[in-house]
Amino acid sequence: MTGASTGSILLWVVFPYVTFAVFVVGSVWRYRYDKFGWTTRSSELYEKKLLRLGSPLFHFGLLFVILGHLMGLVIPKTWTEAVGISEGAYHFVATYMGALAALVLVAGLLILIYRRRTTGPVFLATTRMDKVMYVFLAASIVLGTWATVQTQLLAANHGYDYRETISPWFRSLWYLQPQPELMAGVPAAFQLHIVAANLLFILWPFTRLVHAFSAPVPYMFRPYIVYRSRDAAVASREPRPGWDPSEGPRAKR
Amino acid sequence: MRVMAQMSMVMNLDKCIGCHTCSVTCKQAWTNRTGVEYVWFNNVETRPGLGYPRTYQDQEKWQGGWVRTKRGKLKLRAGGRAKKLATIFSNPKLPSIHEYYEPWTYEYDMLLSAPQGPHTPVAKPKSLLTGEDMKIEWSANWDDDLGGSKETMQDDPILQHMSEHVASEFEQTFMFYLPRICEHCLNPACVASCPSGAMYKRAEDGIVLVDQDQCRGWRMCVTGCPYKKVYFNHKTGKAEKCTLCYPRLEVGLPTVCSETCVGRLRYLGLVLYDADRVTEAASVEDEHELLESQRSVFLDPHDPEVVAAARAEGIPEDWIAAAQASPIWALIQKYRVALPLHPEYRTMPMVWYIPPLSPVVDVVGSSGNDGEDPRTLFAAISKLRIPLEYLAGLFTAGDTVPVERTLRRLAAMRSYMRDINLGEEPNEAIARAVGMTGTEIQEMYRLLAIAKYEDRYVIPTAHQEIARELEEISCSLDFDGGPGMGGMGGAGPFGSSSGTPVPVAVENFHVLQARQTADSPNGPSTSGRVNLLNWDGNGRPAGLFPPGSPGGAEGPGRDTSGDDTAAR
Repeated sequence: MTGASTGSILLWVVFPYVTFAVFVVGSVWRYRYDKFGWTTRSSELYEKKLLRLGSPLFHFGLLFVILGHLMGLVIPKTWTEAVGISEGAYHFVATYMGALAALVLVAGLLILIYRRRTTGPVFLATTRMDKVMYVFLAASIVLGTWATVQTQLLAANHGYDYRETISPWFRSLWYLQPQPELMAGVPAAFQLHIVAANLLFILWPFTRLVHAFSAPVPYMFRPYIVYRSRDAAVASREPRPGWDPSEGPRAKR
Repeated sequence: MRVMAQMSMVMNLDKCIGCHTCSVTCKQAWTNRTGVEYVWFNNVETRPGLGYPRTYQDQEKWQGGWVRTKRGKLKLRAGGRAKKLATIFSNPKLPSIHEYYEPWTYEYDMLLSAPQGPHTPVAKPKSLLTGEDMKIEWSANWDDDLGGSKETMQDDPILQHMSEHVASEFEQTFMFYLPRICEHCLNPACVASCPSGAMYKRAEDGIVLVDQDQCRGWRMCVTGCPYKKVYFNHKTGKAEKCTLCYPRLEVGLPTVCSETCVGRLRYLGLVLYDADRVTEAASVEDEHELLESQRSVFLDPHDPEVVAAARAEGIPEDWIAAAQASPIWALIQKYRVALPLHPEYRTMPMVWYIPPLSPVVDVVGSSGNDGEDPRTLFAAISKLRIPLEYLAGLFTAGDTVPVERTLRRLAAMRSYMRDINLGEEPNEAIARAVGMTGTEIQEMYRLLAIAKYEDRYVIPTAHQEIARELEEISCSLDFDGGPGMGGMGGAGPFGSSSGTPVPVAVENFHVLQARQTADSPNGPSTSGRVNLLNWDGNGRPAGLFPPGSPGGAEGPGRDTSGDDTAAR
């Protein structure tokens, strides 16, 4: 960490670690304390047409954006080059796929915000926390899109190569050997995007965004019909995780 | 053979007078909260009619229940696991609230606070979703007693499926009521649809429930249930449904809807069934076979082999005894007069119905003939095609044969018992004509006409020698304003749905307290006034009395005594 200023250490070391701590501890706490409030709080019952369009656009766009972030941040440049993906090819895929995903995501977000504001019952069901969350969510997305447009789409050559700076910095945080100096020359758009995203992750456990952790992947593997014993609910032993298999629901008394 | 016990219900539609007492008491017990204003765990529909939510029986549209694939497997009509996850961000087949109805209240306060004027003040309807003025255009029971049915009737999914004629004259032909609760199916499509695994069937008594802590609000259960008896609480973002009043059943009490039924038309009891055979029975190819295949899943509780198997499964003795005394078993298997609602959905529903004979009797009676004469009645049953086909559309996937058989048994019972009531020799030929003996008919008559409380409701109590439920009495979080304080106490930190669910006793306490000390959330628009319609006479809410004069000695809340009374 030689040569890094205090401000830079605060911003690119302390802040991400604080974010991580709040994100993890907050989520665990919320899950333990507030399972009943852990829900998508869907407003589909009130309004369907706009949601039918906006929600899949937003969520699928977001899934692709997350994939793109994983690819750009987690996989080192040397690895992709080792398997023969040239810088040009990577840049082409990342930029245009990324831009497309961003377009879909922003379109979905705009539709959802418009819907939330203009549909009476949906707006009434919006809590103050939702509104705060929307600000940070939109900020992260808009800044990220701006960064892509400014430094990738509109830039000459291969654009700004974040895989030389931001990605190693990101990974250095996980190695517990943070390198804040890598962030020194990063364009402002990226820096702001990272700060906004950190703030969003700090808010995350305390908003409805927690529903992202509930992605029902086990649904693919469980039996259709779930049986549970009433005794489990009143027994002194903690119920085991998972499902009773549908073929063996023995009534134990 | 894996024996399981299922708590189930039979309703005798001939006795239903459409008074909606079951709906109202159920609502008072379970869904008188914000977020479920539009929800009726129990509703009573007039048939023919659109039902609630509108046209829910049209599975081409709503995609509820199961379908049989070409290879003979069952699959969810709305799509299997992969499709569920692919459409999770916006469920394309979810009914909007307008398919149920937009809940509303009235601005009662205007009746009290309107300034003096030439016109009588009115209480305008206000939407409970937006708080705005609204025009009431539909409700849970808009076409009650065929009201307005000329406008809407052609959309009745059952009528649309009936082959020919029908059109308009059915309005003079027949009408009956259909009370509906959750079917607590043996093969529940809602449970299969739940991505979170929050819905489950209780192993002991087969009641289908939603785990409120695990539900994540994906809404797939609403689509999955072909009866549309799982509802989305739009305030908490969780699914809710009829619980068959399990807290009452566990202590041997009938459900609220049964308890309060004016016509005493509901029966509650156990059925033993073979859990291993459910999927196979639900997958038979011919829809008309479904009734018989479901019956074949039920096990005779008097069969020593079944009793031994039940014991081996750990079913307690008093439950086996209750299954033997079950009125449900008698009505479904012994007298065979009960039929399931829409077996073609392949969910194996467990709330069955005795179809109404009254439309037929009414027609015979109004044409000047003897409505209880066996020959006239038998002839009329097969001649009145429209009610017969309609009932078949509801109860037997369109097959009129079982419906006709059932109605003939009911008709035979009427005729046979009339002779006895008139002091004449009963005519055994009537009993034989429907494949019964005179004794059987008399037993069935007892069960249908004069069964007492304990004959109609045979409910074994739950075996919970540990009284854990009593823990509800002390919950440390439920101090005033604490996180467990729910009901009217206000929203949790993360929106109205957050926090632990509040024990019922605590919730009741707070609701009562709030009613005594404040006004309803949808109360008067002028502050400092009390909505007397919601006031239960206890306490003295602020604003009960008009404020005193500014300089006056007496405040609005003071006891009135002596001179004060005189001064007023």
